[in-house]
Amino acid sequence: MTHHDKKGAGRFEPRIVAFFCNWCTYTAADLAGVSRLKYAPNTRVIRVMCSGRVDPQFVLDAFSRGADGVLLGGCHPGDCHYAEGNYKTLRRMRLLERMLKDMGVSDGRFRLEWISGAEGEKVKTVVNDMVAKVRALGPLDLPGKFKDWDSELEGLARSVHASSKEAAHVR
Amino acid sequence: MKSASNGSGPKIGFYICHCGTNIAGTIDVEAVREHAAKLPGVAVSKGYKYMCSDPGQEMIAQDIRAQGLERLVVAACSPNLHEETFRKAAAKGGLNPFFFQMVNIREHASWVHEDKAAATQKAEDQVRAAIHRVRFHKALEKKRVPVHPDVMVVGGGIAGIHAALTAANAGKKVILVEREATIGGHMALFDKTFPTLDCSACILTPKMSAVKGHPNITLWAYSEVTKVEGYVGNFKVTVKRKPRYVKEDLCVGCDACIDACVFKEAKFPDEFNQGLSKRKPVYLSFPQATPKVVTIDPKTCIQLKTGKCKMTCAAACDRKAIDFGQKEESKEVPVGAIILTTGFDAFDPKRHEYYGYGRYPNVYSALEVERLVNASGPTGGDVVLRDGRRPEAIGIIHCVGSRDEHTNKWCSRVCCMYSLKLAHLLKERTGAQVYNFYIDMRTPGKTFEEFYDRLLKEGVQFVRGRVAEVNDWAMTREEEGRLVIRVEDTLAGFVRRIPVDMVVLSQGLEARKDALDVRRIFNIGCGSDGFFQERHPKLAPVSTFADGIFIAGACQGPKDIPDTVAQAGAAAAEALALVDAGHVEMEPNTSRVVEEECSGCKSCVPLCPYSAITFDEAKKKASINEILCKGCGVCAAACPSGSIRQNLFEDDEIFGEIEGVLS
Repeated sequence: MTHHDKKGAGRFEPRIVAFFCNWCTYTAADLAGVSRLKYAPNTRVIRVMCSGRVDPQFVLDAFSRGADGVLLGGCHPGDCHYAEGNYKTLRRMRLLERMLKDMGVSDGRFRLEWISGAEGEKVKTVVNDMVAKVRALGPLDLPGKFKDWDSELEGLARSVHASSKEAAHVR
Repeated sequence: MKSASNGSGPKIGFYICHCGTNIAGTIDVEAVREHAAKLPGVAVSKGYKYMCSDPGQEMIAQDIRAQGLERLVVAACSPNLHEETFRKAAAKGGLNPFFFQMVNIREHASWVHEDKAAATQKAEDQVRAAIHRVRFHKALEKKRVPVHPDVMVVGGGIAGIHAALTAANAGKKVILVEREATIGGHMALFDKTFPTLDCSACILTPKMSAVKGHPNITLWAYSEVTKVEGYVGNFKVTVKRKPRYVKEDLCVGCDACIDACVFKEAKFPDEFNQGLSKRKPVYLSFPQATPKVVTIDPKTCIQLKTGKCKMTCAAACDRKAIDFGQKEESKEVPVGAIILTTGFDAFDPKRHEYYGYGRYPNVYSALEVERLVNASGPTGGDVVLRDGRRPEAIGIIHCVGSRDEHTNKWCSRVCCMYSLKLAHLLKERTGAQVYNFYIDMRTPGKTFEEFYDRLLKEGVQFVRGRVAEVNDWAMTREEEGRLVIRVEDTLAGFVRRIPVDMVVLSQGLEARKDALDVRRIFNIGCGSDGFFQERHPKLAPVSTFADGIFIAGACQGPKDIPDTVAQAGAAAAEALALVDAGHVEMEPNTSRVVEEECSGCKSCVPLCPYSAITFDEAKKKASINEILCKGCGVCAAACPSGSIRQNLFEDDEIFGEIEGVLS
């Protein structure tokens, strides 16, 4: 996938928030840069010291603010700079994945990847692959959905209110 | 969460670096600057060709003073490169250095994207994130932690020897740990070194004795590091000292025990001579072994295997140095810095079956030939083949396990040169016709090309082409009873069959087989090739991502002796700079508990890998030991009441970034 191939103007460009751990995946992304690898410009990187710092709420917040995908990158199991932070990440994110599914956020919008500091190439392939897959899924637009749900609820509230008034009138 | 969109917050200064054309070539820096200028709170928004330069830093410091800036955001390269630079610029202007946030728009944007509009959009989003985040920053201070003055060097090859001597000469106490029974490493195996042909032992063994005799060096040979705890300046290293079954302080290496061993003949393969000769269960690796102490091999010693030996060796020792009851010992030592010089493994030529190594006795590995041509080797330097013949024609095959899609893709850097050296030595010793089969001759080094020229003049034959196969299927009378090298001569343009009596396989260099285990012990990284990963390929070539742990020599990648020694010196200098300072400054990104908000659930306590969190049963509150905390933030993410805050990575700051990139 190359972003500059913009023949189909108005093509959906997913917005992906990427949480990268400082020691492995952030460094790998630096290495991709130093190596001048080219990949899709759709990620927005937020640096954390360890993938274990990523509170599931960060992921939920990103989706609720309009992210179409969230990528979380950490050190390979056994190689965490902080010994075992990535195992805790794995544990948490498995739970979060189930929750996201129940919330209607489809598979592939959230992705956990182990990318070591030497794997600049993997940053490229993972980002390109994720962008292609999320593009195929289309926009998530949770903020829009929230609005829809709010107005549905408002409508519901209004009709409940009206019918209870009516009932009172009849009585 | 606090809204980040009102303009009443702190005054923010924003600066965008053009980095020549590195950033400005792909990102519309002026558009980003304008975008930032309109964001709430931004009082100054400027661009400059090189922000990291003196004038760039001075501009920041002046603006902080003149405009009363309270926060600083710089969009430039990776924070791993210049975060510290701009923190200092902030401090110079009188601002707490942690009121600063860096945006990486070079490595993460301009260098990896081609679409200018999309790269600019990404830069704007990331800049917005930083501006949203930085308002939540707090004034912080770096912790100063004292540093232990001792240095540990792991690996006693030429790199470790040189690093240990350098640090010890500077007055530091050094512990040199070596896995084998003697120091010396690969260099001790060689007869001559390229391109000067000076005698390897003559330049190495004085340095080995200097290590042994140095008052500042403690040499622990036959030992391995099993555990590293602590952090930069304050490591606690556990070293396993394997039993030699000989008391090191009593043995003088007189060989009386070796002569007295119940095995009258040596019958076990001698590892030092690459199995070309035999040794007894009690042995000294080579005459100059350091420490000069014999070792008893538990796999072959009858007493250690069965307990039923006459123990003539012990009886022969007048110093009573032999101790069959010796046990493995574990020692714990504190050190401030660690230098890893664990070296390389030579490629196992058995993996290239078509070259016949292990099948045809007269196919040798280059390391075997190093011993064969060595005056102190198994034949005293006489080149006699395994079948007792003297070779009349010899083929040296380059790039065995190098530049090969199927095994190792890299060039091992030293093989061309050592192949030339072996060609010279073999021709000198045997008068044989010597062929070199090469892909490309790589001779980039001081007087390397001249050495190649010399070999051409000496009449060594060079055939350009990757050898297809070595076999013993004779097609002509001349080939009978010999080895045949089949190769496409790419300069002549046809396939040749060249009969020889001896084949030398120039093995490439690989990472140690246990490099992955070692890197885990030291918490450093390996590249995809398996060699230890340096912090920066150009600017931090002997540092690693673990502060206080340095690497030198072939454990970082294939290199020759001069480069190895240069790196070892560099690593020693880095270690000295660290321990000599007497203290280190630690990132203040530790976590803390806001006591009033802590519900006392104890979720965080078992999560901390450093046992930095304790629970006060009286107060029913958790508390974090700032010295033990390494700042991963795992506890902060897990705290259900949100009462754990990680400095520099507080929830507000990260939520601010999320809001920023998506708004």
